[in-house]
Amino acid sequence: MAKLDIPDNLWTKCSKCNAAIFNKDLEANLKVCPKCNYHFKLSAAERIAYTVDEGTFEEFDPALEPKDFLGFVDTEPYSKRINSAKLKAGTKEAIITGKGTIGTLPAAMGIMDFSYMGGSMGSVVGEKVTRIIEYAIDHKLPVIIVSSSGGARMQEGIMSLMQMAKTSAALGRLREYHLPYISIMTDPTTGGTSASYAMLGDINLAEPGALICFAGPRVIEQTIRQKLPPGFQRAEYLQQHGMVDKVVHRKDMRDILIKTLEFFKG
Amino acid sequence: MAKEEIKKNLMGFEKPLEELYKKIEHLNKVSSSGKMDFKEEIKMVEKRIEASRRDIFSQLTPIQTTQVARHISRPTTLDYINYIFQDFVELHGDRNFADDLAMVGGFAKLDGLPCMVIGHQKGMNTKENLYRNFGMAHPEGYRKALRLMRLADRFNRPIITFIDTPGAYPGIGAEERGQAEAVAKNLRAMAELSVPFIAIVTGEGGSGGALGIGMGNKVLMLEFSIYSVISPEGCASILFRDASRAAEAAKNMKITAKDLLELGVIDDIIKEPLGGAHQDAEQTAKNIKAGILKHLEGLKNLSSRELIADRYNKYRKMGIFAEVAELADAHDSKS
Ligand SMILES: [Zn+2]
Repeated sequence: MAKLDIPDNLWTKCSKCNAAIFNKDLEANLKVCPKCNYHFKLSAAERIAYTVDEGTFEEFDPALEPKDFLGFVDTEPYSKRINSAKLKAGTKEAIITGKGTIGTLPAAMGIMDFSYMGGSMGSVVGEKVTRIIEYAIDHKLPVIIVSSSGGARMQEGIMSLMQMAKTSAALGRLREYHLPYISIMTDPTTGGTSASYAMLGDINLAEPGALICFAGPRVIEQTIRQKLPPGFQRAEYLQQHGMVDKVVHRKDMRDILIKTLEFFKG
Repeated sequence: MAKEEIKKNLMGFEKPLEELYKKIEHLNKVSSSGKMDFKEEIKMVEKRIEASRRDIFSQLTPIQTTQVARHISRPTTLDYINYIFQDFVELHGDRNFADDLAMVGGFAKLDGLPCMVIGHQKGMNTKENLYRNFGMAHPEGYRKALRLMRLADRFNRPIITFIDTPGAYPGIGAEERGQAEAVAKNLRAMAELSVPFIAIVTGEGGSGGALGIGMGNKVLMLEFSIYSVISPEGCASILFRDASRAAEAAKNMKITAKDLLELGVIDDIIKEPLGGAHQDAEQTAKNIKAGILKHLEGLKNLSSRELIADRYNKYRKMGIFAEVAELADAHDSKS
């Protein structure tokens, strides 16, 4: 009962178990609910802070910004959406790319941010992913991409679809150079993102409970008109079905990444 | 469906033709009763049908084009294979789980040249469509396609794919067996093929399910086919929360052959007979064949390495964005 007297800005309600958690406890627990283990979504900046050695991250290509080249209008023009997304997410696109070290091991990285238009993949996301892969090839670095994305960005039409081709082709080149790619799938990783770079990891890691799929549960339910099995399309289910190497709790992610990078280190 | 029946199987926007077809039917009936000969009149009505159809088809909206692309009598991959190629030998299965009937493939000769042909397979009626799962492949379909592409790659045979699918199938088994992984792996693998590869969108180019066999050196589209990141209905139900606004979504997304040629996503448009491919499958196939031959000619002098580079560069260029000068620079120029 006492919780009710606490000002709103000091605590957060868990979206899974409804527990009220002090923000400072939540932060200390890497934004994982201490009661039910629900992994809250992270901004790209938070993910970098939790994963990369402090002070080592250097951002690449911050100047890339989306363009409303189709003149796309749904409930509002895409050009307007771009502006509001920037304000809401505090980033210029749904991914931040760059390089840094993890346990002193260097890597090229891409970290998606769901708060920017649902982490949707348009031209900028595809271009930044491709550039970071090409950078890794040029500098003989492993690639780590953290996905958090509802899939392709409809407002860029077919060009979003083509980003799947572009990024996957770049990963093919990375392979030819015998450089490793670690894909980390977080909630959610779906549609065009899962059907391209997210599923192509030499190592596919996933956060507990993350929705990972090609078609979303709603679309499937509408198509087959039957209830979906429990845990369907969640990270654990994907591990069970052989699509994910390992479901990794957020508190263990850095450690697993270091061990993985050590395995691959030339 | 008989040829004559197909011609009269009108789409909503072809309504103005209905009266004219009825007139012909009537004239035929009277003629066959033997009393009078209306040959001339029938010819005139047929001319009017043609003129009216030409008019209608010269200004199709994107959602009308979608209807043509999805027409139940639209020729399928196997139809085109039979018209265009000789000695087709169908090959089944992904060597892993099953044979997916929504994806067909095998080798065949194109005027004597051995090729690998692969495509989504739809049906032309409900029964066939149930058998073919409406052209929506499961992971095993994409894996079969990949197996055949790699086979062609090893033996230096060109690859021709026919794209006509609402999308990769959204179902429990499809997800369990890794639909996303299957499509993704195909994308990566297609980029590495060292043989000439031509993809043709013949009907519905439905998103990842279409692209999953579509990363050709050249990508061609039939005049009234569509290619999109999501179906117009799907787009409308997400963005407008109203699937009935599909027409708007179709217009917004730019899904027609002409649009995609302008965007540089495809390389060529293949003409369809008046009224769409279903009006004359054989003629459509002839046009497709001419397109394939023309573009194979352009690729035949490229080495394996050049073919891979050509494909990489083609997709590497795709994307439209702004690269804005750093804010810091802007400040500098002000001060
Ligand atoms: Zn909780």
